[in-house]
Amino acid sequence: MLLTLALCFLFALSMVLLGKSVKTVLWWLPVLLPAGLFFYFLSLGTAPQSVSYDWLPQLGVRLSLHLDGLSRLFALLITGIGTLVFAYTTAYLKGHRYLDRFYGYLSLFMGAMLGLVLSENLISLFVFWELTSISSFFLIGFNNDQAASRKSALTALLITGLGGLSLLAAGILLGYIGNSYSLVELAQSADFLRAHPHYQLAVLLIFGAAFTKSAQFPFHFWLPGAMKAPTPVSTYLHSATMVKAGVYLLLRFTPVLGETDFWQQGLLWVGGITMLYAAFHSIFRTDMKAILAYSTISALGVMVFLIGMGTPAALQAAAVFILVHALYKATLFLVTGIVDHETHNRNILQLAGLRKVLLPVAIAGGLAAISNAGIPPSFGFIGKDLMYEAALQQGELGWLLLAALVITNSLLLYAGFLVGIKPFIGKLSEQHAQLHWPSAWMWVPPVVLALLSIGLGVWPVAASRLSAAFLPALGLQAPAGLQLWHGFNLILALSALTIGSGLALWFLLKPGEKALVRLHKLAFLSPERLLGGIANGVGVFSVAWTSFFQHGYLRYYVMTIVLVLTAGMGYRMFNNYTFQANFTPLLELTIYEVSIVGILLVSIGFAVFSSSRLAAVAGLGVVGYAICLLFVFYSAPDLAMTQFTVDTLTVILFVLVLYRLPKYMQISNKLTIARDGLVSITFGAMVTLLALLVLDQPVQRDVADYYAANAYLLAKGKNVVNVILVDFRGLDTLVEITVLSIAALGVFGLLKLRLKTTERRG
Amino acid sequence: MKSIILRTASNYLLPLLLLFSVFVLLRGHYLPGGGFIGGLVASIAFVLHAFAHGLRKAQRYFPIHPGFLMPIGLALALLSGFLPVLAGDQAFMTGLWLADPIPVIGMVGTALFFDLGVYIVVVGVTLTIIFTISETA
Repeated sequence: MLLTLALCFLFALSMVLLGKSVKTVLWWLPVLLPAGLFFYFLSLGTAPQSVSYDWLPQLGVRLSLHLDGLSRLFALLITGIGTLVFAYTTAYLKGHRYLDRFYGYLSLFMGAMLGLVLSENLISLFVFWELTSISSFFLIGFNNDQAASRKSALTALLITGLGGLSLLAAGILLGYIGNSYSLVELAQSADFLRAHPHYQLAVLLIFGAAFTKSAQFPFHFWLPGAMKAPTPVSTYLHSATMVKAGVYLLLRFTPVLGETDFWQQGLLWVGGITMLYAAFHSIFRTDMKAILAYSTISALGVMVFLIGMGTPAALQAAAVFILVHALYKATLFLVTGIVDHETHNRNILQLAGLRKVLLPVAIAGGLAAISNAGIPPSFGFIGKDLMYEAALQQGELGWLLLAALVITNSLLLYAGFLVGIKPFIGKLSEQHAQLHWPSAWMWVPPVVLALLSIGLGVWPVAASRLSAAFLPALGLQAPAGLQLWHGFNLILALSALTIGSGLALWFLLKPGEKALVRLHKLAFLSPERLLGGIANGVGVFSVAWTSFFQHGYLRYYVMTIVLVLTAGMGYRMFNNYTFQANFTPLLELTIYEVSIVGILLVSIGFAVFSSSRLAAVAGLGVVGYAICLLFVFYSAPDLAMTQFTVDTLTVILFVLVLYRLPKYMQISNKLTIARDGLVSITFGAMVTLLALLVLDQPVQRDVADYYAANAYLLAKGKNVVNVILVDFRGLDTLVEITVLSIAALGVFGLLKLRLKTTERRG
Repeated sequence: MKSIILRTASNYLLPLLLLFSVFVLLRGHYLPGGGFIGGLVASIAFVLHAFAHGLRKAQRYFPIHPGFLMPIGLALALLSGFLPVLAGDQAFMTGLWLADPIPVIGMVGTALFFDLGVYIVVVGVTLTIIFTISETA
């Protein structure tokens, strides 16, 4: 199983080398990857399997992969729909200049998503979870020359990234109180976890992760924005797989944290609000992708709602609905993509009669709309049956839940018809009369999915095998197989009611721009605006803050640093220490030391009072060399050599920079000179006092002795300073040379960029 | 600068200083010296040459921009750290040493390659900064 993940990541990497050929002769190669993985997962059989590798054994972090009924459903969805989406992409983005990148991101996502659903360890789950967010960021921003794409990508990354942090916190918390990161082991101590005082915090953190990823109210707004991505991405990530990761997480955690009132009511409320809110929004949209985005949010709300009911029947309904939704919604997205690709228009008000020119696409759209509507004998009908059955078992509250589900489903039926049927009926406009069927690579995938949407309803046995394994994966009894026909009963009546009211809506309500405009007037209340306002506020605040402190005057930066340091040091020194400077060790002076101090004083005076910049720099250079000599006298040759070379280069740099400045001028008045002098003398005095204080303290030599004793034994070096640099603290050195390189790149970038002011944009 | 003494001297000083920088690098593990100082000495050699003969002449010694030395040095340092992981399944940056010293160079081990990486990075960083500033100035 590890190989499947590795293949995806390796394929993504190989795009660096194979990129050119994938755009031309090897265009079929990417399709083989998901197709091969799909048949692999199909061949694995229904028995649970697991493999486990040590990762950070000290922390209990393992790379454990576990394939059970739930993971299998998702793995088959990821690879199966992945195959069709990859195939569709070969035609949809044919000749795109960044096609190789696209496949790279897409297979990176596929590997991450597979890793997510196969992970049995919370930490590896978190890593893959974040990887899906990151690959989604790249895919949403794929059209990186459009500002709107980039903004949407960033919004999605920030919202799902927030959820990722929440998941990490939840993982650490659960690992701490449950003493394990393994989901199986945590499920065994579920009773203990539910009784723990931090239980509610853990649940809220898991909710935070699931609701952001699965676009639940009030975090839903990143998903409509994510529709800026090319259609294959919307199909694959933002409808069929990635957005269901949150639902997957909730299902996975049901045996660990579920089955309490807190868990169930939280999910019922959030799922219920989301499904109604988004379904209501979807029917007023006119852009096909926007309709699909909101109806996807609504469907995700339905799944969360069903998990919130918490009964085995409801969980079963949720799992079946995941499959139902993936099939019909992916079809509708692919259909939308074809319409967009052929007509360059996604507005349902302007599209009509396309069945005459895009027949297979129209058939796929129609079938998907039927499954979405839950009209028998489609697979959607079975899904809806299970939902209503689960709601009926809820006792007194059941009727309320049923009402919410019926309203949502009627609205979703209408939304599905808008996308799947409306563009294809009516009179074909003349500008579209010349259209031809698209490439078979494009129309076959939606047709396959649409046929599955109907076929699994007609022969539910095929889906039964898959669905029978859901509940055992959650530690519950396997349910009865799926059936299309349950006889004449209440559930059938409810289905009929849903279809009837949905169709009534279809005939009564005419879509138009007016409703959308009215809706926009209420937009100031939406969570998107509120959160956007907060984000803007933070921006304004940080601009004010930055321009106050980062004013760009080097002399004031230096003065701020020096003053803060002086004040802090002075406060500590005069409050905590009685001053006992011990001058005796300093009195054994030699003639060398005295003369060097003399040189130091003279050159400092020269540097301060000189009237030429270059002379001042030379004076500073002499100060540096004099200090080098001091190091030599106090037996620190390495330090002296370094100081010597660094000082040389510093002087050279100063000269290079100052050479271009105008001749020395009197720019400071007496007052500034007095102020600067006072600040420098105070600081110097403070440092001197500190040095005297340090001399008076007993010296801790443990570390120094350890290094001196072990330099040769452990690191085979006799120069302790160098051994510390390259061996004992080698990692520090590695980081330091990296920082040095970054600094050099910064200098290079800043200076070279200034040369090309013509390229700067307003 | 037009001084003929500096020009003539720097012609001899460049190879001498470079040789000296390598010497400083190699002795670093036993006596004062090391990659950081060696790298600085080597950069000073080129800077001195640039002072005497002009920037162009000094840059001519580099077939590629000295900035490319930074990733090369970083990669070398990182690889020398990973060598024990790859070769002996030991922790990152464990010191590995050949049993016998090699003539002229002395003891050879991962720490030496790490130091060489530091040397290369320092040369790259210093020359990138100084060349860029003197080009712009």
